[in-house]
Amino acid sequence: MIPSKEEFERVLIERHTKPVHERLKNASIAIAGAGGLGSNIAMSLARAGVGRLFIVDFDKVEMSNLNRQQYFIRHLGMYKTEAITEILHEINPYISVDYKTVQVTEDNAAGLFSGFDIICEAFDRAESKAMLINTVLEKLPGTTIISGSGMAGYLSSNSIKTRKITDRLYICGDGVTDSADVNGLMAPRVAVCSNHQANMVIRLLLGYTDC
Amino acid sequence: MITLNGKPESGFDGRLLTELLTVHSYRTELIAVEYNGEILPKSSYGDTVLKDGDSLEVVSFVGGG
Repeated sequence: MIPSKEEFERVLIERHTKPVHERLKNASIAIAGAGGLGSNIAMSLARAGVGRLFIVDFDKVEMSNLNRQQYFIRHLGMYKTEAITEILHEINPYISVDYKTVQVTEDNAAGLFSGFDIICEAFDRAESKAMLINTVLEKLPGTTIISGSGMAGYLSSNSIKTRKITDRLYICGDGVTDSADVNGLMAPRVAVCSNHQANMVIRLLLGYTDC
Repeated sequence: MITLNGKPESGFDGRLLTELLTVHSYRTELIAVEYNGEILPKSSYGDTVLKDGDSLEVVSFVGGG
């Protein structure tokens, strides 16, 4: 049986306190990409009780995603946007999840993410990361972006940090380890990096702007 | 003298940002440039003249996600 909305609220308030819960519940967060970073960010924010998530991705779940992304065998072949929505509602059916199954480009980025105070950049290609950050910071003046860069391989978890570049740009990761140069991307460091991003979201929502 | 990624860098006062990026072999499609506290639009790279006291951080993104 699915617990009631009131039951979810009660438990989250008990864990997080009412003022914290209210801020998270009233927040809308955008996530650009629903792969290794995006699926993990979405799960952590959903568990924390963030009230509304907006997720953009164009890809389908493949076998090669299962080593680090939060999908299951039953999701193979599904669009990641649809699969992650299903998973998030299994965690908390009362949060609102909106999605668009499109590729984010320089031309559509501002339109897609307009109105969001915080966007998580969760792409895998370096060019896409740079494109989104440059486009959003130029065209959406009120928006802060939290990016992930450098989480491949199995170097020390402690090399992954959150850095504040400007008031509107935070970058999580080790900043240097490219997935093209090392032996792949693995669940632990991808999850460490994505949860740096998710925690920075929560910090900003609660009024803390330092890392 | 300008500051690039926290270190003093001489020889670029009065020169274009694009020259600095070229000398350091940055690939413009992979970077964001923080210039005196703000992210500089890509369209401004070609007409930004560096001056004494400028502070820049060039973030070069890497793949993986």
